Amino acid sequence: MKSVIPFVRAFVIATIAAFLCTSVGWSQASSIPAARLINIEDLVKILQGPDSGKPLMIDVGSHVLFTQAHIPGSEYIGPAASEPGLQALRKRVESLPRNKSIILYCGCCPWSHCPNVKPAYDALAAMGFTNVKVLYIANNFGTDWVDKGYPVAKGD
Amino acid sequence: MRRAVLTGIVVIVVVAAFYLKGNHPQERRLAPDFTLPQLGGQGLRLSSYRGKVVLLDFWATWCDPCREETPHLVELQQKYGDQGLQIIGVSMDDAPEPAHGFYQQFHMNYPVVMGNANTGELYGGILGLPIAFLITRDGRIYSKKIGATDMTALEREIKNLLQER
Repeated sequence: MKSVIPFVRAFVIATIAAFLCTSVGWSQASSIPAARLINIEDLVKILQGPDSGKPLMIDVGSHVLFTQAHIPGSEYIGPAASEPGLQALRKRVESLPRNKSIILYCGCCPWSHCPNVKPAYDALAAMGFTNVKVLYIANNFGTDWVDKGYPVAKGD
Repeated sequence: MRRAVLTGIVVIVVVAAFYLKGNHPQERRLAPDFTLPQLGGQGLRLSSYRGKVVLLDFWATWCDPCREETPHLVELQQKYGDQGLQIIGVSMDDAPEPAHGFYQQFHMNYPVVMGNANTGELYGGILGLPIAFLITRDGRIYSKKIGATDMTALEREIKNLLQER
């Protein structure tokens, strides 16, 4: 009987951990370390600087939203919440040096509900990329970027 | 003391004027018309719903707040449909397949069309979800809801608009 207790204990702990992960959104954007985030104002300053310092910017959200408006110079990859989107992301960056400056963004939904940026961040971290930042968009791309007059490109 | 009272009255009048201005029927802009394919295949033209109060709801299957709202929208359609409410979902998914599954899963009782970038731009850019527009019986935009909607406030607005003739 005693030999079963550790397994029961492990099962209970795993169940509680799984519940916490889903209920507090650890799989979502809010669990990305604060040090890995970049705010909009700081990114705009970088974009206004010399071309040589500009990072690779990747939109990992919806194509319909990207077509309407996106950050000039950014590339569309696909929603990273889906496996095809993640595969496209891995393929795009696989040949890049692991210290390449990369900025991921989405803006489809309020930050805590974005399903895309966390999987994208995790995928790049797992590949060994050390210079990845995620653009913090509190509400959505329309409200926090377009409506504030920051530069926008349209189409594919 | 008298000055404070006068200032208070002026503030109230100005605020009331702005409030009334924003809700004046003549100043509501016409909802841009469109024809889009429904999930079932046939086209849906927005203007064919004139005479009804329309809630035009832009959503997507990957949008968590949209998922949370959908059961409430189904309930509103059920509750107020015969009084003249028509909810129309505009899916901003990149392909229709996920929307089909979602439609079945949530027992949606209102039509869903597949939106696109052009539809989004007609409505000032749908650059985040959910976004919904409440449209009066004469086809004018009464209000725009960005982000998760306060369902109690929405229901109150719907009831008020249903009483407008």
